[in-house]
Amino acid sequence: MKGVNAVIIGAGAAGGIVAKELSTAGLSVVLLERGAWYTAHDCRKDDLRNQRVTVLGNAFGPEDDGNPRIVVSSKGEAHEILPSEGGYNNNAACVGGGTLSYGAQAWRFMPQDFRMRSTYGAPEGSSLEDWPISYDDLEPFYDKAEHEIGVSGDVSTDPFKAPRKRDLPMPPLPPNKEFDILWPAAKRLGLHPFHVPMLRNSVPYNGRGPCMRCRWCCGFACEVDAKNGSQNTVIPTALATGNCDLRTGCMAREILIDDRGRARGVRYIDAQGEEVEQLSDIVIVSSAAIESARLLLNSKSRLSPTGVGNRYDQVGRNLQGHHYTGATGYFDLEVYDDLGPGTSIAICDYNHGTPGLHGGGMLANEFTRLPYQTVDRLPEGTRGWGLAHKQAMRQWHKRTIVIMGPTQQIPSTNGRVTLDPRVRDKYGMPVTRIEGNVHPHTFEIGDRQSERAAAWLKEAGALHVSSMSWHPDTVSAGQHQAGTCRMGNDPRGSVVNKFCQVHDVDNVFVIDGSVHVTNGGFNPVLTIMAVAYYASDALVRNWKGSRFRS
Amino acid sequence: MFNRREILTGGAAAGAVLVSGCLSRSSQGLVLSDKEAGTLAALCDQIIPADEWPSASEAGVLTFIDRQLTGPYRRHRKAYRTGIEELNKLAQLRIGVDLGSGTALQQLDVARALEQQNPAFFGMVRQHTMQGYYGSPRHGGNKDAVAYRMLGLDVPLLRGRAQFDLTTGSKS
Repeated sequence: MKGVNAVIIGAGAAGGIVAKELSTAGLSVVLLERGAWYTAHDCRKDDLRNQRVTVLGNAFGPEDDGNPRIVVSSKGEAHEILPSEGGYNNNAACVGGGTLSYGAQAWRFMPQDFRMRSTYGAPEGSSLEDWPISYDDLEPFYDKAEHEIGVSGDVSTDPFKAPRKRDLPMPPLPPNKEFDILWPAAKRLGLHPFHVPMLRNSVPYNGRGPCMRCRWCCGFACEVDAKNGSQNTVIPTALATGNCDLRTGCMAREILIDDRGRARGVRYIDAQGEEVEQLSDIVIVSSAAIESARLLLNSKSRLSPTGVGNRYDQVGRNLQGHHYTGATGYFDLEVYDDLGPGTSIAICDYNHGTPGLHGGGMLANEFTRLPYQTVDRLPEGTRGWGLAHKQAMRQWHKRTIVIMGPTQQIPSTNGRVTLDPRVRDKYGMPVTRIEGNVHPHTFEIGDRQSERAAAWLKEAGALHVSSMSWHPDTVSAGQHQAGTCRMGNDPRGSVVNKFCQVHDVDNVFVIDGSVHVTNGGFNPVLTIMAVAYYASDALVRNWKGSRFRS
Repeated sequence: MFNRREILTGGAAAGAVLVSGCLSRSSQGLVLSDKEAGTLAALCDQIIPADEWPSASEAGVLTFIDRQLTGPYRRHRKAYRTGIEELNKLAQLRIGVDLGSGTALQQLDVARALEQQNPAFFGMVRQHTMQGYYGSPRHGGNKDAVAYRMLGLDVPLLRGRAQFDLTTGSKS
C-alpha cells in the first residue's frame, strides 16, 4: 500500500487533533480507528445501554464479544472482564473516542499539577514526579483547544485558576436549580464557586447549535450535536484538507520496526478482516493509556524484544485515572428541574494546599441521574426492594444532589498494564492485563474530599447525607486513564520525551493521556487536547518535507 | 460467556418456542416457559409490588428479562433456569405450592428466604427487575413509560411547559 507521512492510531480526543494539525500542515495522514463513526442520530437516549450505564452493553464500543481484559485483584486473583463490566476500565471505541459521549467538562490543570513532586515530595512507594513541561508551556494550547473545539463556562470567580490570557469563548448555560441551592451554601462556607467549563455549545458556535438541556448527556451522543468532540470539529477539518484518510473498523496489530530500529509503518486488520501493512514516515499512537501501552508491548522486534519503547520496562507502568469520592444529599424539597447536563457548579478550593495531603481535587455537582441510577443511591437504611424501595424512589429521585470529584491519584509503578500470556482477543492479539493499584495515600485524600462534599451538602440544607468514599482494590483508570507512557527527560524512568517522542525510536510518538506524568484533580480531556496541539506543533515545526528530523 | 452446546440448545429452544408460539400460543415467551414466567413474575412483583402504580410484571419486566435472555443476558439463561427451579422447590417447602400460586404474604416470605438462601440469584433478579422497570421502554419494560411518570418526569420531554398542569385548577 502507498506510503504516507503519518499513520495515527486512534481517532479520539488526541488522535483527531493530531490528524487535523498534520493534514493542514500538508502531511499525508492515515487515521486508523477500530470503531465506527456515529452521528447525532445514534444518540438513542437509552438508559441501559450508553457509555455510563452499560448493563446492556456499550453504546459506542467496544462490543462484548471478543474483546476481554484480565484484571488482577490485590489477592492475585485474575478475572476475565467484559468491556461492558466496570472493572474493564473502558473508554470507548469510535470516531471521537470518549469525546463523542463524554460529559464534556473542560478543565485546565493548575500549575502545581505539573510539579507534584516539587510541591509535595514523593510519598514512599509512590512514583510521584514532575512533568518535564510546565503549565506555561501548555497555556497557548489550552487556549487553542478552548477556542477550536469550543468551551462554555465562566471561571472568573475561581481565584485558584491558572493564569489565562483570554476568557472562554462561550458563556455558561443558565444555572439549574442545584446551582442556585449550592452557590449560596458554598459562599457561606467561605468557598469560591463558579460555572463549570464544558466542551459544549451554550450558544451557536462553529456552525452548530446550543445545548437543548436534555437529561441524557454524560454517556450519550448529543441529539442536537451541541457537545464538542473531535468527531464534529477537528476530524471533519482534517478530512476537508484532502490529506487525511480516515479508516474505520481498523484494528492496529503492531508497529512495524525496521532493521535499524525505526518504525516503517503499521500492520492492521481492516474492516473486512484482511491484514494490511500501511507504510509511513512516522507512527503516532493515540489509543488511550491502556490500548496505547498494549500496542507498544505487542510491537516486538529484534531490537525491541519486549515492545517498542520498552527498553527500561517502563511501558504500561504508572497507570492512573481518578479516585472519585463525594457525597449524596437528601433534601425535603424538589431540587431536580430536569435541566441537563446537570453538572453546573464547582469549587477548586481543595485542589491543593491542605497540610498533610499531597493534593486533592475539584468538587462539582454530578450529571443528571436517570431513574435506574437512583435505584442503588437511596438513603442508607432503605430496603433494597419491595414497597419501601418503590416509595423511596418516588420520595427521593427528585430530591437528591450528588457532589463528587476526581481526586488526583498518587501514581505507583505497581499499577500497570501488561500483556496477558494466555488470553487473546478476536484478532488473535494478547489482551491487556491490569494489575496493582495507585499509592494508598490517594485514598486518604479521597476520604477528606468526601467529608468536604458532605459538609457542602449539609450547609445547603440536606436532611441527611451519605458519603461516598471507598478504597478500590485495583486502579480505577476508566475514561480518565493515563500515565502508561510517561513523559520525561530520563529514558530510565519514562517512555517519551517532552515532545511525546518515544526515547529510542525517533519516529514513533505517543500522543494521548498515556504521557501524563500525573493526572490533575480534574477531568483530563482538555489537557489531553492541549498536549495533542502542543506535540503536533513541535512535530510540524521539525518536519523537513519528506522525513522527520529529531 | 457461553459454550457451543449452550448456544445450540438455547438457540434451538428459542427457535422452537418462536415457531410454536406463532401456531399454538403454548408459551408467550422467547426463552422462559409460561410456568417459569409465572414463578419469576411472582418474585419480580415482590421486588416491585403494585400500589397506586403498577407492579414489575404489570410494567412489562417479564418481557424485558425474557427479551434480554436472547441478547446481552444469554449468559444468564442457565442461572435463570436453575434459579427458578430452586425457587419453586423453596416455595413448595415453605408454603406447599409453586410460588405463583401463593398469596402475596406467602410470596413475600419466600422472597425473603430466597434472598438469604441464594443471594446471587436473588440479587441478579432484583437488578434486572429494576432495569426493566426504571429503564428505557424500548427494551420491553417500563411500559408506557410508567416509571418515568411515577417519578414525575415528563414523557415526552417538554421544555419550559411542563410545570403547568392544563387540566386542573379553577375555570375562570
